[in-house]
Amino acid sequence: MSEPWEEEGPGTIKKFMYVNRKAPYGTIYALESLEVVLIAAAFEQDVSMAFLDDGVYQLKKGQDTQGIGMKNFSPTYRALEGYDVEKLYVEAESLAERGLSEDDLLVPVEVMGREALAELMDEQDVILSF
Amino acid sequence: MKYGILVNEGPYQHQASDTAYQFAQALLDKGHELFRVFFYHDGVNNGTRFAVPPQDDRNITVRWSEMAEKHGVDLVICIAAAQRRGLLDEGEAKRQGKDGNNIAPGFRISGLGQLIEAGIQCDRLVVFGD
Repeated sequence: MSEPWEEEGPGTIKKFMYVNRKAPYGTIYALESLEVVLIAAAFEQDVSMAFLDDGVYQLKKGQDTQGIGMKNFSPTYRALEGYDVEKLYVEAESLAERGLSEDDLLVPVEVMGREALAELMDEQDVILSF
Repeated sequence: MKYGILVNEGPYQHQASDTAYQFAQALLDKGHELFRVFFYHDGVNNGTRFAVPPQDDRNITVRWSEMAEKHGVDLVICIAAAQRRGLLDEGEAKRQGKDGNNIAPGFRISGLGQLIEAGIQCDRLVVFGD
């Protein structure tokens, strides 16, 4: 008798959510998380990204990293659309707590409340949190 | 159940890799399948055989190697993260013109696709990180 997971062939499409909680600089999490998303795009899964806590800063317009000698990788978020990564969710509370609004972000996103985002997370098959 | 594990933090610095190991051991003891452990971010440092922790402490790398040998667990180190942090196997050392390699037994270096594949194949992908 086959187990349920053995019936999933190579054509399986799962809901993958990448949860970004950290500021873009200071640690490497945001940059390496983005690298995962770009690679994952080739696997044709149902991909979404969520930005919360300091992770909302990753999408802030007008990033200038000259002073810290690091590469400004924020333009990459604009390229996500080309990889068919179009579902970007930003937590409303995290934006508000940091004095930010949707207009401060460099890509179109869907802003949603903490509870709605929690429900969305509940619907996912795989959550990768960085 | 079929499990995948993602380890995002380095050994000794952070408890994530200890907890991941203990979780892995517990699920194997219960008769579950461990499809793969993927090491990302500083987690790749779990796979260096050059670490020499104090003798009265646990040896995290040796512990993973022994698990791989005993249970045939697939320990995969992300190549992009490894290159940044100086983790090399024989092939990579040759390709990059380095004078040695430091990967521990039971570990192998491969791409991020291995992480996504674990997400697709496994019933649960459990992330251990900060």
